[in-house]
Amino acid sequence: MNVVVCVKQIPDPGGAGRLDPTTLALVRDGVEVVLDPGDEVGVEAALQIAEATGGEVTVVSMGPERGIDAIRKALAMGAHRAVLVSDPRLAGSDALATSRVLAAAIGRTGCELVVAGTESTDGYTGTVPSAIAELLDWPALTFATAITVEGPVVRIQRQTEVGHDIVEAPLPVVVTVTGGANEPRYPSLRGIMAARSKPVARPSLEELGIDPATVGGEGAQQRVLAATPAAERAAGEIVADDGGGARRIVDYLATLKVI
Amino acid sequence: MDFELSPEQAAIQKTARAFADEVVAPQAAGSDLRSEFPIEVVRQMGRLGFFGLPFPEAIGGVGAGFLAYLLALEEVSRADAAVGITLEAAVSLGIAPLATFGTPDQQSRLLPDLLAGRALWAFGLTEPEAGSDAGGTRTRAARDGDAWVINGEKSFITNAGTELSRGVTLTARTGEPGAGGPPRISALLVERGTSGYEVGPPYRKLGWHASDTRPLVFHDCRVPASNLLGAEGGGFRQFLSVLEGGRVAIAALSVGVAQACLDAALGHARERRQFGRPIARFQMVQAKLADMATQIELARLMVWRAGALIEAGRPAGRFAAMAKLHASEVATACANQAVQIHGGAGFIEDLPVARLYRDVKINEIGEGTSEVQRLVIASHLLGHGGSVTALLEEGPPAR
Ligand SMILES: Cc1cc2nc3c(=O)[nH]c(=O)nc-3n(C[C@H](O)[C@H](O)[C@H](O)COP(=O)(O)OP(=O)(O)OC[C@H]3O[C@@H](n4cnc5c(N)ncnc54)[C@H](O)[C@@H]3O)c2cc1C
Repeated sequence: MNVVVCVKQIPDPGGAGRLDPTTLALVRDGVEVVLDPGDEVGVEAALQIAEATGGEVTVVSMGPERGIDAIRKALAMGAHRAVLVSDPRLAGSDALATSRVLAAAIGRTGCELVVAGTESTDGYTGTVPSAIAELLDWPALTFATAITVEGPVVRIQRQTEVGHDIVEAPLPVVVTVTGGANEPRYPSLRGIMAARSKPVARPSLEELGIDPATVGGEGAQQRVLAATPAAERAAGEIVADDGGGARRIVDYLATLKVI
Repeated sequence: MDFELSPEQAAIQKTARAFADEVVAPQAAGSDLRSEFPIEVVRQMGRLGFFGLPFPEAIGGVGAGFLAYLLALEEVSRADAAVGITLEAAVSLGIAPLATFGTPDQQSRLLPDLLAGRALWAFGLTEPEAGSDAGGTRTRAARDGDAWVINGEKSFITNAGTELSRGVTLTARTGEPGAGGPPRISALLVERGTSGYEVGPPYRKLGWHASDTRPLVFHDCRVPASNLLGAEGGGFRQFLSVLEGGRVAIAALSVGVAQACLDAALGHARERRQFGRPIARFQMVQAKLADMATQIELARLMVWRAGALIEAGRPAGRFAAMAKLHASEVATACANQAVQIHGGAGFIEDLPVARLYRDVKINEIGEGTSEVQRLVIASHLLGHGGSVTALLEEGPPAR
């Protein structure tokens, strides 16, 4: 089965992220960028499904031209081709506009299964995959920790507080995978060389049938009004064991409702 | 001039770095302590394509070029020099001669497994009586009908006795010196398991504990005539050309170890407090760190320079020797200072610096000692084209 995986290039989450004080958007220029680690899990999941079912993987991404590096990494991991929608008019797009563009690009691939991370590690809206599903009018299976495809049915496991749910939907479907769903493979060195010659389509907004007025900063329906720094994480509490240490830790965990 | 890596080189460096940090580094201390060859790491490197990096796709390689191989080797060696030398010996000494001089038949028989890291091939040049003077080879191969019969002994052979070790390219005399000429030395492929091929026990070493080093003994060991690698009598020139790439690779390995020394020293200097402040605030420590960083940068540029020449197929002799000489001496100096910056903790095996210190010295010895590199460079300077024998026999040209 042929699978689409959505990926995004983001500022290295290991680095110190900075917001542009006027636009309140994350600064993406002049910083180290990587394929979103959450998307590596998506690529791995897509590759596993394609390998198990004898299909191919198409990577779909929207972003500036240098997002090609993230795409190349996914191709080096084993994906077969890519679609990069890159247009200056897309700068400043909100989650809905992004979803529209991606849905249009996915629609052209003819694939019936889309895999995405649950949320990007930079923007964290977590809305794009569901919006894509809505725009395509497909069901969405979210927060998968495992995926199986049996004939026309996709079945996922979703972690709950007490165990896991098994949820299924008929194709076509959008699936989001959680960070721990699998262990993403290293791109093979041969794969890195092969990625050079894998096809990367670059459809224009016009080809995708997207009205430029509905995307970019102008078309955004969502505005970031203010940003405040997150509170410093408080220092942990050290429990010295004077005989009652275990009890106090148990009580503490109980207040967190983890036990 | 442009020191930027190509997108593929950068991606290979990144992948090698991630692999080195996540897979190679965590096992380094344990494998060293147990003197255990990390076979699973080697297999995984094989599957990822590390062993095929510099070789053309036409013979089954990855086709990434010699520089990409050097970048990967530096990263792996930064995490564990013993894994670094396993890769270096397999690629530069094991596969490279086959890839360069092998017949299509020899290549199709051996390369698929070697390029995939499913098997390792060794290179046997050094002998009990022939080290720096590699032309002094005593091992003999006598022609007997359709076979060569080998007798002799090789010392200090890397990757000679692991579970993956499949055989060795050895140098042997196949003819006696003519009037005043050198002996005819040829290279022969010998597969492990051939009768008369004896793999000795591993040496106990100062460092590189997780790398496999053993003597090999050949006693009436018969190999088919078709196992001759390259031209009969061409062995000497061939291994000189092999050593050129190998020297740059050892230099890259040295840069990796030196970088590990700097990283460890920086970390410790920031954290360790004495006299009420981090020791990184003391100028004497800062000067050590600055000198290490400067020397490493210089060594790395020399590696890239020599590597670029090799990748372009241009003569690299003196640059390869200079890179090997400088990088290996810098690495030893960096290990020395890294231990110094760690104080007593640097002498204790709980931290990696003690291992770095033990692992680093060999870089000034293997694949041509620092003295031999200086001879090679002097030979170039004095008009002997890099030949040590010519330099020693003829001396500096009269003015
Ligand atoms: C761990 C390890 C792995 C190795 N792996 C391999 C391998 O896979 N294959 C292989 O073939 N070999 C291998 N070697 C051997 C290595 O290449 C040799 O040890 C090295 O070339 C030096 O030779 P030698 O030990 O005989 O020293 P010698 O040649 O005896 O040198 C002793 C000293 O004399 C100096 N010296 C010698 N001649 C001169 C001169 N003309 N002028 C000035 N000084 C001189 C040397 O520089 C050195 O300081 C390995 C060695 C070790 C320790």
